[in-house]
Amino acid sequence: MKIGILLKEGPYNHQAADTAYKFAEAAIRKGHTVDAVFLYNDGVTNVTKMMDPPQDDRNIAVRWDQLHKEHGVEILACIAASKRRGICDEVLIEGGEITGLGTLTDIAIRNDRLLTFGD
Amino acid sequence: MENENVKKIMHVMRHAPHGTIYSYEGLEMILIMAAYEQDLSVVFIGDGIYSLKKNQDTAGIGIKGFAKTFMALDGYDVEKLYVDRVSLEERGLSENDLVVDVEVLDSAEIGALMNEQDVIIHH
Repeated sequence: MKIGILLKEGPYNHQAADTAYKFAEAAIRKGHTVDAVFLYNDGVTNVTKMMDPPQDDRNIAVRWDQLHKEHGVEILACIAASKRRGICDEVLIEGGEITGLGTLTDIAIRNDRLLTFGD
Repeated sequence: MENENVKKIMHVMRHAPHGTIYSYEGLEMILIMAAYEQDLSVVFIGDGIYSLKKNQDTAGIGIKGFAKTFMALDGYDVEKLYVDRVSLEERGLSENDLVVDVEVLDSAEIGALMNEQDVIIHH
């Protein structure tokens, strides 16, 4: 099955970023294709490389970067939501991309499922 | 809507217009998606109904009001607007308190509509 993910919450404050990641990981392990993770609302703050949590904690931005590099999952931040929150190319992880809501529409259309994580 | 390139996409508005940004950014998403000629609908549930309340005055919180933008949805061919009857009644509101014409449905009818969708996005 081809799956798109919409993540609406920022990292650490809300578990949605962890659940979405765990879901993507599990789906890939089961042989499904995770096409893209689209970040909306505070979700766009998942992909700043300025993130620097304590050593014994997971680095959520690095994790998304690895998901892109190891499994080709597109990690996309909404441009309008990013501009509000200071997310721009200068702070973006290598595997991330800033794009428009039109891309989310394409993701919704071209996948078998779109799963939303967040409040 | 037998054209398989057209997907049925439902947006579910569940949050009050202010307090969080979900409703406002949800509306922004709906306006963009409206340009992609999909079969869009919007359903207002729970506090989401307050987004459509007439006579909102946001001057006191220093945040731009956007209830009027819902009135523009019609111009974008987003005409399927549904409101949950129980949510409306629980809040002491009626259709006349809302800025747009909506179809008021029972929860089971909304559930049936949700069942028909290809994509559901909650805000």
